[in-house]
Amino acid sequence: MISLQHYLALGAILFAIGVVGVLTRRNAILILMAIELMLNGVNITLIAFARHAGNLTGQIFVLFIITVAAAEAAVGLALVIALFRGRDTLNVDEIHLLKW
Amino acid sequence: MDLSFLFFYLFAAVAVGAALVVVLNRNILHCAMALVLMFFAIAALFLMLGAEFIAAVQVLVYAGAIMVLFLFVILLIQIDRVQMLRFAHRQSPLVVIIAVLLLAELLYMIIRGTLGIAPGGADAAAAGAASGSTEAFGALLYTTYLFPFEVASVLLLAAMIGAILLARLDKEEVGGVSRQDMS
Repeated sequence: MISLQHYLALGAILFAIGVVGVLTRRNAILILMAIELMLNGVNITLIAFARHAGNLTGQIFVLFIITVAAAEAAVGLALVIALFRGRDTLNVDEIHLLKW
Repeated sequence: MDLSFLFFYLFAAVAVGAALVVVLNRNILHCAMALVLMFFAIAALFLMLGAEFIAAVQVLVYAGAIMVLFLFVILLIQIDRVQMLRFAHRQSPLVVIIAVLLLAELLYMIIRGTLGIAPGGADAAAAGAASGSTEAFGALLYTTYLFPFEVASVLLLAAMIGAILLARLDKEEVGGVSRQDMS
């Protein structure tokens, strides 16, 4: 049987890759994709803990995380479309109205 | 037993490799396809962890709905104008250092730390395995977690309205919803 630590390590690796993606990619759509990567790392961790603890609460959490991820993707991509129509770019380096 | 290790490392390698493609590839369509592959590998790992329902939801919602949404937006926006974006910029080395430190810290805690959760009783796991965890999952979701479930439906409604409202703005209206749309 594969130990809990294997799954936790996989979740941590996916989360770290997602962090690199969020902080290095300049395309707004790719940043949203990297956020999905991080959420999947967290989901693996929660499911592994649910199996480890022998109850299903972790799976319920994952269901809600997937729900929130769907809502986040819908609103985020609508923002991307509005942004592209207004400013003709998806490069987050050029979208700096709020930047100091 | 050996076979489960083989499949774990197979699916884990596919997931990590696909995640690296998402982060490092320059073509945004290749990134999206790699993300789909990663979702399927994660769903397979969910199956190995005995979460059949979550694995199905993962494939339906993530690999189905969310990725179709991403692909629609990528294709809606003129791809040749945005796909070849500069990847490296001056904060990249710093980011990699921070991410490696974060990963090292997490792995150290996972391997050396004490996990505050005691392993569950074998009877609970056996009961879940006997009836299939989907049935127990549904019973828990519709009794104990009924209120969060209903709140989630309100959240999805709000997200739907917000997405429609944001995406239908015209070019000259960006920055505020036009007045005649509201009346």
